[in-house]
Amino acid sequence: MENTIDRDHGKQMLYQMMLIRRFEEKAAELYTQTKIRGFLHLYVGEEAVAVGVMQALKTDDNILSTYREHGHALARGVDPGRIMAEMYGKQEGCSRGRGGSMHLFDAGKKFFGGNAIVGGHLPVAVGVALAAKKQKAARLTCCFFGEGAAAEGEFHESMNLAMLWEVPLLFVCENNLYAMGTALRYSHSLPQIELKGSAYGMESMAVNGMDVLAVEEAAIRAAEKIRSTGKPFLLVCNTYRFRAHSMFDAELYRNKAEVEEWKKQDPITALQNLLLEQGSLDAAAISELESTVETAVQKAVGFAEAGSWEPVEDLTRFVYSEPQNS
Amino acid sequence: MANENNTISITYREAIKQALRDALRADERVFLMGEDVGRYGGAFAVSKGLLEEFGPDRIMDTPLSESGFVGAGIGAAIAGMRPVVEVMTVNFSLLAMDQIVNNAATLLHMSGGQVNVPVVIRMNSGLGRQLAAQHSHSWESFYAHIPGLKVLSAGTHEDARGMLLAALKEPDPVVIFEYTAMLNLEGKIPAGAGIVEIQKAAIRREGKDISIITYGPGVYKSLEAANELAKLGIDAEVVDLRVLRPLDESCFLQSVRKTHRALVVEEAWRSVSISAEISSRIMEQAFYELDAPVHRLCGVEVPMPYPKHLEDISVPQAGDIVNMIKKILQHD
Ligand SMILES: Cc1ncc(C[n+]2csc(CCOP(=O)(O)OP(=O)(O)O)c2C)c(N)n1
Ligand SMILES: [Mg+2]
Repeated sequence: MENTIDRDHGKQMLYQMMLIRRFEEKAAELYTQTKIRGFLHLYVGEEAVAVGVMQALKTDDNILSTYREHGHALARGVDPGRIMAEMYGKQEGCSRGRGGSMHLFDAGKKFFGGNAIVGGHLPVAVGVALAAKKQKAARLTCCFFGEGAAAEGEFHESMNLAMLWEVPLLFVCENNLYAMGTALRYSHSLPQIELKGSAYGMESMAVNGMDVLAVEEAAIRAAEKIRSTGKPFLLVCNTYRFRAHSMFDAELYRNKAEVEEWKKQDPITALQNLLLEQGSLDAAAISELESTVETAVQKAVGFAEAGSWEPVEDLTRFVYSEPQNS
Repeated sequence: MANENNTISITYREAIKQALRDALRADERVFLMGEDVGRYGGAFAVSKGLLEEFGPDRIMDTPLSESGFVGAGIGAAIAGMRPVVEVMTVNFSLLAMDQIVNNAATLLHMSGGQVNVPVVIRMNSGLGRQLAAQHSHSWESFYAHIPGLKVLSAGTHEDARGMLLAALKEPDPVVIFEYTAMLNLEGKIPAGAGIVEIQKAAIRREGKDISIITYGPGVYKSLEAANELAKLGIDAEVVDLRVLRPLDESCFLQSVRKTHRALVVEEAWRSVSISAEISSRIMEQAFYELDAPVHRLCGVEVPMPYPKHLEDISVPQAGDIVNMIKKILQHD
């Protein structure tokens, strides 16, 4: 990172990345305490992608994501307490506890989930963007997915449809080099995912996903392109997950040295160092940020703990829409 | 560990792995492919170690491309190989359903008998681990609906050990359902266990008062319930369907003719289900043998909620089976 950065803006992005990191570490801890169950996919190491991309989005823009979406939801401003309560399965959760970790929703924040079928949300994102086009709204849609998903037919169909119909959709591929245990080189004949854009005539670029400033800049450029042309854009963020795929992963497919090597590029440390070097922050300010983050995470856990279980009589609610009380 | 009766204790997971290893050793045309079957060791650690033993030509990691690699398995099968295609779970098999239904199940017929498709497609099914609405499906019925497919459900350790080996001898496509919730369960199988027959249903427990007809995880739950009922002096028979297509109706009809009562148990949703099919066959063919209407215990018709207390009540548990049978017998 050679750039300089506005002090407050830098601090705000640092805070968000630190919040995601601490939230995820806490979630892992709570998983071992069996407070959180099901599948839990952590975003540790990839924070710069969610936080960087989010800088390019406006409150009216739509977001769709995967089962590894806690970071996206937090960066979007979904309340941490409601996210934690969701992972506990409490009815105060952002999806009433029905969804759990993989299905965070907050329609008010235009955050349309948390999809656990790999690639399943890509065609939906095309449709969400298509609606904005038909409504002549300036709204952009942003869709996060992994490089593994780019091997699915649904990725290719969605790329084609988005370009064919010229819809305002930002495809954000989080290339963390692995799809569960399958390394990029075993899943793609053409491992430069950004080159796949050209098959559809879609503009694309790849960016260092460990550098939040680079991600932010690329996302802003891509979003401007989309808003001015109405056409989709493929942004590939090259990143790395520091932790296992999920809590059930023995990580037989990669060695510790590789992980340690990537940890040297920790996006949080990088931004911290930049802010320290340019004199925008000092050690005291960083420890103050740390304690603010800690307080926020503790508050989220407290909220989840205090939450309540949905009554069993409600089991079959939300299978169909309920009549509105007028 | 072998004991004096010459049975061994084995987990459901290990039973499947041994079957895979036998199959790979026995026939060079056999290969395993699917997502994360190799380097990851299998999403559920079923194929752990097989890559090291058989190499990447026989244990093929595929990208996330369910329609693509299932279709490729079908192609390899018609061209002389014996692929075992693993679709991680039934939830993701929907992405491959076109290949299974429109190709695997039809090529023999459309070609007037020229092109047979000896592919084996394995998938994990079921719920019980709080994986919520997109990862908890029990969709045996989708595949059991399709003429041209043979559909197996491994509800016991012996079947986990033997069904794959039998499926590989079939000239036609076979879909095998394995159950995530059972992978860690220990069971006893004969020390020399291997191939099993795959035409017939099986009586897992003999009884005279009522027939519990079920499959998959319903089998161990029903056996548990039958043991409870025995303490109350109720003698339940447990029928494991095993082969969901083509159904071995003679087995459960015979059972019902003996007990005169039937309860069909499944974790899947009730409407348009396997239990609906069983119930109507009993009605059609054994109506006058019945002392009570056929009853069903099925999954509640709701996409699976995440919290444990809601997941637990979404599917029949052993206690529900006990209660239902007590009710049926009182209502005589
Ligand atoms: C259609 C489908 N197939 C398989 C799975 C199982 N699965 C869940 S995540 C995953 C890997 C996805 O990798 P990638 O798209 O790179 O995202 P990452 O987890 O690395 O963020 C797999 C195979 C699934 N959920 N959906
Ligand atoms: Mg990935």
